[in-house]
Amino acid sequence: MSGKPKLHYFNGRGRMESIRWLLAAAGVEVCLYGSLLFQQVPMVEIDGMKMVQSRAIGNYIAMKYNLYGKDLKERALIDMYVEAVIDLNELLMTHILQPADKREQHFATIVDKATNRYFPVYEKVLKDHGQDFLVGNQFSRADVQLLETLLMAEECKPDILAKFPLLQSFKARISNIPTIKKFLQPGSQRKPPLQEKDLPKVMKIFH
Amino acid sequence: MAGKPKLHYTKGRGKMESIRWLLAAAGVEFEEEFIETKEDLEKLRNDGVLMFQQVPMVEIDGMKMVQTRAILSYIAAKYNLYGKDLKERAWIDMYVEGTTDLMGMIMYLPFQPADTKEKNLALIIERATTRYFPVYEKALKDHGHDYLVGNKLSWADIHLLEAILMAEECKPDILSAFPLLQAFKGRTSNIPTIKKFLQPGSQRKPPTDEKFVAVVRKIFNI
Repeated sequence: MSGKPKLHYFNGRGRMESIRWLLAAAGVEVCLYGSLLFQQVPMVEIDGMKMVQSRAIGNYIAMKYNLYGKDLKERALIDMYVEAVIDLNELLMTHILQPADKREQHFATIVDKATNRYFPVYEKVLKDHGQDFLVGNQFSRADVQLLETLLMAEECKPDILAKFPLLQSFKARISNIPTIKKFLQPGSQRKPPLQEKDLPKVMKIFH
Repeated sequence: MAGKPKLHYTKGRGKMESIRWLLAAAGVEFEEEFIETKEDLEKLRNDGVLMFQQVPMVEIDGMKMVQTRAILSYIAAKYNLYGKDLKERAWIDMYVEGTTDLMGMIMYLPFQPADTKEKNLALIIERATTRYFPVYEKALKDHGHDYLVGNKLSWADIHLLEAILMAEECKPDILSAFPLLQAFKGRTSNIPTIKKFLQPGSQRKPPTDEKFVAVVRKIFNI
């Protein structure tokens, strides 16, 4: 039996996508298990544990593969950046779940929060230290999750990074890291955005 | 030498309560600066001390930390309440995420429209007794230890006690089918730092009532 982590989820992004990103960034091969149902998904079989709760899983992977900073303070910064990104991700992910009459307003909220609350913070972080990575001058989970979110945000509004030159170059730079570059290519385990036509199926699984 | 941590939030429980619990359980004295009006929140925002314009914010060890989980993780690690290794941390994280989900449901209950309250309360009770509590009851049963992880007090235990007490406020006999959780509750409540926190006059906050809901809505414009 392979020792590769095994991912249990439906065949879409959802809460598993950030975990796929992290594993891919760390260069960890995974075993795809497909769309099985459990009381709780995401579920990842890893190192003899059946881990649930996306944050717990993300924490574990980040620590194990040295993507969590070198000390407690760097970890604190990474956690702050990642938690905010998760909040923004949540907004982006729930866009498709909005009823048609709420969509325009929700879209406006996404763009407002992204461009006024979240992106300026990361732009400033990069500006202030002038380094390639968000924390500790070293590639970390914060960089991976931020890239994931930047790309998701662009799927929502292609020019959403127009006012953020450092985030644009960050995006290009991180996308070029070999493990990430590989993940961004067709045929990787990265999942496409949820389409409206898939909604009924997803709602059925999770309801 | 660093001063005491300083908490910035409203006078209510909300997202800051778990942080108060954890600091108290760790025996760490802390100060609080309360946001009582919309203007108080605006001032914090204008002073540029809220990284994402949000609270909770905790001034600790020279940092102005935001994001509840980030703050809790930092405190847990600093005060040795996060297990001894990566695997114990994983278990603590999993357990804490469960209690976070449950407490989140309870926290939002006073803010739900009146006509959905009964339904939401029923859902909380159902989730507590069929999804969450069985997991912790089983964990305690399987290893027979006093604490959830690593035979040692951790963030997971403190968080679970907080969740149990909140759930009991919803339904006093909610632990009736969970003898080990009842014993856990008794035991953990008796830990001196926690016992102190549970006494009147501590920094523990009362449940949110209708009056306070109105205050919160005003402050956060929700």
